[in-house]
Amino acid sequence: MRMRELDERARAALNKAAALGEDIDLDSFLTDSPRYEKIDDLKRLPEQDRQRMLMAGIDTDGRQRSGSYLQKDGSPVFSAAFQEGLEIVPIKEALERYDWLVDFYWNLIPVDMDKYTARARLNLQNGYLIRALPGARITIPAQACMYIETNGFSQNVHNIVIAEEGSELHMITGCASATHVARGVHVGISEFYVKKNAKLSFTMIHHWAEDVAVRPRSACIVEEGGLFLNNYISMKPVRSLQMAPVTSLVGKGAVARFYSLLAGHPGSELDVGGRVILRAEETRAEIVSRSITNGGTIIARGDLIGEVPGVRGHLECHGLILKGGVIKAVPELTATAEGVEMSHEAAVGKIAQEEIFYLMSRGLTEEESAAMIVRGFLNVEIPGLPRPLQQEIDRAVELSRTEMM
Amino acid sequence: MLIIENLQVKLLNKELLRHIDLEIRPGETHILFGPNGSGKTSLLMTIMGYPQYEVTAGKIWFNGEDITHLSIDQRARRGIGMSYQRPPAIRGVKTRQIVEMCAGNPEIVEQLAERLNFSDFLDRDINVGFSGGEIKRSELLQLMAQKPELALFDEPESGVDLENIAIIGNAIDELLERGHLPRYGKSVKEEKESRTRMGLIITHTGFILDYITADQGLVLYDGVLACRTNPMEIFKQIRSVGYEECVRCGCAS
Repeated sequence: MRMRELDERARAALNKAAALGEDIDLDSFLTDSPRYEKIDDLKRLPEQDRQRMLMAGIDTDGRQRSGSYLQKDGSPVFSAAFQEGLEIVPIKEALERYDWLVDFYWNLIPVDMDKYTARARLNLQNGYLIRALPGARITIPAQACMYIETNGFSQNVHNIVIAEEGSELHMITGCASATHVARGVHVGISEFYVKKNAKLSFTMIHHWAEDVAVRPRSACIVEEGGLFLNNYISMKPVRSLQMAPVTSLVGKGAVARFYSLLAGHPGSELDVGGRVILRAEETRAEIVSRSITNGGTIIARGDLIGEVPGVRGHLECHGLILKGGVIKAVPELTATAEGVEMSHEAAVGKIAQEEIFYLMSRGLTEEESAAMIVRGFLNVEIPGLPRPLQQEIDRAVELSRTEMM
Repeated sequence: MLIIENLQVKLLNKELLRHIDLEIRPGETHILFGPNGSGKTSLLMTIMGYPQYEVTAGKIWFNGEDITHLSIDQRARRGIGMSYQRPPAIRGVKTRQIVEMCAGNPEIVEQLAERLNFSDFLDRDINVGFSGGEIKRSELLQLMAQKPELALFDEPESGVDLENIAIIGNAIDELLERGHLPRYGKSVKEEKESRTRMGLIITHTGFILDYITADQGLVLYDGVLACRTNPMEIFKQIRSVGYEECVRCGCAS
């Protein structure tokens, strides 16, 4: 019944362009691809794939992970949890297994938001349910990898992440394409539920190819005392990326923190936003983005809406133009109640010469000085993030930074 | 040895320094006085090699080499270092990283920082949110790690609280090998003769003179070196009658 209704709404939105970003012609991509067999060990993957996945933070040895989900094109090829209290199930299977899950499916994101959401419903390939059971402490990160194997493929996934009451869950998702993939599109729907006093950290590293278009559609709801920590890293060339996740803090004392590290390359356009709505008392939000560009366009948006007295929020958009390109910072603050404390800080420019000279007077060459400054610029310390995840972020950033400079 | 010959410097087409002649021999420390805007910082920045300070005439020699047109880092590698009055803050770059890089040896960093009462700041972003006094300690720490043959100090004591001024004064004294105690079995005379480090220190308040001795005092007035004599004498004179007298007294060449 509900599915039929969703389908109808999706069909009506099949040609609805998104409010932001280049309009992608989805019909020019393949919707079929070979069905890949399930594997019982990520170590069996071809070495080349493992290397690509590693760049996106995916550990195919699986030693430092509490569970893994891997999807190749449309096929879930691996899905297993190794820690009690953690559940990892392909979404199609999960929707069959759990009656209650339907209430979490297309609950935070309207299916008819745009043509990408419509596709993700009408041509759902798969995705995952990852869930930490009440009180479970999943401190070793769980990982999920969305991999495009077929050139020209249009990957549509739907993910639901639930951190049940009092649980703690850390996740890393790596999205990557095989080396032979030049072109593709990835539509990823993600709905996050952070229940009372739960803590969810979600770190996403994108490692696509030069002609891949990416349209994530995510939303999150955080209940009383909950924490949602979202990190997004896209340092590799990608043709077009547009996303604007929405997070609602609905319970007292809920906290959301967003960190993005973005790199623009010639010919690429990244439009990355984030809206947090502070709906309950004592809620707090922080949105931090750091962008560097070598010729691409980056639009870094941040949007805080304070609806209750006493809530606090801070936005920080900093951009550095290294060699050409455009960076646009769009910070927005809206208060609809008295006593809302929200602020923003935006700065866009090139590396300050004064800083370069300062380091040169300590003996570094001009290039070494610039490298140290950019490394520092991208060195955002994320409180509450487990060390291995911080290391994955640092590695992804450092690899790309050295390639760019 | 630093030799500056008939130096003339422009910044944004404005002449800042004229006919500067200066010689700092190995082991010597000179104190540079002068009212605000007289060109003291410009002289230090020119010696360090900041390209916006355009040398329109004259030469700078360091250890027998003409360095007038060398870049900042080339000068740093030849042994010139600077303690800035207002260094830039660099987000994400840790003080420790820079000090380690200056020292070329991470092991001595903690020990040096402890001496300057600065250990708590090593893991902070360089100069971000530092107070005036903290900046001075951070600058000095970097120089102590770098150990330049010629150290340029731009008001090393300004903004430093009383508790730390002795720490700073004594550390500069040691960096410039000005110590007056017989060490390592050497007599004071031998110590003095074995000094090689050179210093050029800008001071406004003169407090630093309570801690270090210097060989020569100089007054820079309106872009010209107007007076050279005993630094304590200059300081006392400035304190009692101000800078005008310095020029009027006829020391001006």
